[in-house]
Amino acid sequence: MEKTYNNKAWLLVIPVFLLVAISAIIPIMTVINYSFQDTFGKNVFFWAGTEWFIDVLRSERFHDALGRNLLFSFIILCIEIPLGIAIALSMPKKGPWVPVCLVLMALPLLIPWNVVGTIWQIFGRGDIGLLGYTMSAIGIDYNYTNNVFDAWATIIIMDVWHWTSLVVLLCYAGLVSIPEAYYQAARIDGASKWSVFRFIQLPKMQGVLIIAFLLRFMDSFMIYTEPFVLTGGGPGNSTTFLSIDLVKQAIGQFDLGPAAAMSLIYQLIVLLVCYVFFTVMSNVGTDKPEEVEE
Amino acid sequence: MAQITLDKLAHSYLPHPKTDADFALKQIDHVWDDGGAYALLGPSGCGKTTLLNIISGLLVPSKGKILFDGRDITTFQPEQRNIAQVFQFPVIYDTMTVRQNLEFPLKNRNVPSDEISKRVNEMIDILDLGDKANRKARGLTADEKQKISLGRGLVRYDVNAILFDEPLTVIDPHMKWQLRTKLKDLHRQLGHTMIYVTHDQTEALTFADKVVVMYEGEVVQIGTPEELFDEPQHTFVGYFIGSPGMNIIPASVTGATAQLGTHSVKLKGAYAKLEGKTEIGIRPEFVTMKSSGKGLPATVTGVEDIGRFKIVRANIEGNDLNVVLNEGESVPADPLLSFDSARINIYQNDHLVRPQSTAKGA
Repeated sequence: MEKTYNNKAWLLVIPVFLLVAISAIIPIMTVINYSFQDTFGKNVFFWAGTEWFIDVLRSERFHDALGRNLLFSFIILCIEIPLGIAIALSMPKKGPWVPVCLVLMALPLLIPWNVVGTIWQIFGRGDIGLLGYTMSAIGIDYNYTNNVFDAWATIIIMDVWHWTSLVVLLCYAGLVSIPEAYYQAARIDGASKWSVFRFIQLPKMQGVLIIAFLLRFMDSFMIYTEPFVLTGGGPGNSTTFLSIDLVKQAIGQFDLGPAAAMSLIYQLIVLLVCYVFFTVMSNVGTDKPEEVEE
Repeated sequence: MAQITLDKLAHSYLPHPKTDADFALKQIDHVWDDGGAYALLGPSGCGKTTLLNIISGLLVPSKGKILFDGRDITTFQPEQRNIAQVFQFPVIYDTMTVRQNLEFPLKNRNVPSDEISKRVNEMIDILDLGDKANRKARGLTADEKQKISLGRGLVRYDVNAILFDEPLTVIDPHMKWQLRTKLKDLHRQLGHTMIYVTHDQTEALTFADKVVVMYEGEVVQIGTPEELFDEPQHTFVGYFIGSPGMNIIPASVTGATAQLGTHSVKLKGAYAKLEGKTEIGIRPEFVTMKSSGKGLPATVTGVEDIGRFKIVRANIEGNDLNVVLNEGESVPADPLLSFDSARINIYQNDHLVRPQSTAKGA
């Protein structure tokens, strides 16, 4: 049968095309456009080439912010993933407490980011906050607005409090899907608790852990609202993460060129890390027929 | 390897069982010989898995004791009982290689490493997994995985018993046959006490020396395949074993004759007076169909030709029964049925009754 060519079919693609164009292509193109141009106002732009990219990559301000981001994500993952696994392991697998635990776990996830920031901002205040007041009452000098360590500790604890549940729920879903026979077989094989975890639970959680890891990396790497509300990037620049710095440049200083270049670099880093991580994790333990391990 | 004694064993999943119906497993008293191959056969929900889990120690029975070689192990944990169990779905350790899977139970028991490698190599040979030994276990087919599950039990050559919980459910039909043969070979070779749970009579009858038939939480008969075929102790065994199962027809029995509605049938011997529900049981293989002469008039309601023989669905005075006709025999228009007297069993309230005396010339 001969194919009939009817260009009217293109009309059907238009809604999707418009949607994608407005939501993704046009904003990104705008950013790319800015990143290669310079302006002195009055809407007059001229070509700047790769100058902004080179500037951003060489600027100490960018290095510092990137360093803070990487350190923050690293600490967050080191705490939330093991803690999430541990909590998921200790949650009941059946019985009346299951729904109670699940609801408790889901609660922090339902709170909007800026509210979380506000809660902790008040919670940590020395005059009216329960945490801040208690800390000073027992003689610990705690002040997140002018002590770098306290500011970091507060943001990290806040993020752990807010997002560990996500890891817990994902791991829990992985755990309850393990058939009972695996545990019974392990008992009969005389496996220790550690072996059960290492050879049954962990491999079966691999899939959900990849997801948890990716989500938590992306989210923590792009953190903005909570530190913005809590510390506003301070004290000094100590909690100025890439996203906060980006907003300062783009909206505060109105340096659109460097800000655009920076946001593209920022996005590429996230994509790259996620891609590498996903590839590595999905290949761990998969069987290749020719693979011989001796 | 051990002799297994079930001493007044019973189990209920309810905390305070009152009536008989509360028990998933009604009282059992049996001794299973060392080195025997037993099959627990019964429909789903008859308590066979419960019994198996009690033997393996995954469940503690509510009543009674279980002994291995005379030693009471009722409260022992599975790992203390030194048994192996193969589950319905293959259980393997995904991230380990086939070899590591087989080494695992030995390593956990601190067997010396040269002994481990000797036994594991032997087991890899027995299971024909030589070319796959160093591969990750997760990429294998279901039957290979099931072989690994089996192997993890067999490498521990001193196990008291190996328990199988419907192990061939997920295996392809043609592989089922091979694995079953392999199991039989292994049993002959290694002489473990093996207990095999299944609801498939072919599996049970081909695998086991003795078949334990269970029904509604009760052991209704323990016997060789021949015994189950010839003299089912319970009507359930009669129609559960055999294909099609035994015909069970209500009848009244006086002396050496059974009265089936208006017709009488000669029996192999004289029976004492029976009370309650009385039925005669006759296998379809021992019913013959003729067009003339003596016999019970029947109407034919259906014929199934399954190649080697035909199954005729017939009806005598409102009672359905099956007749097996050999290849080549045709179904007469007005068939008369006759029963082989020596093969008729009499059941009182579903249990077999034996004649008081055997009739001469029957």
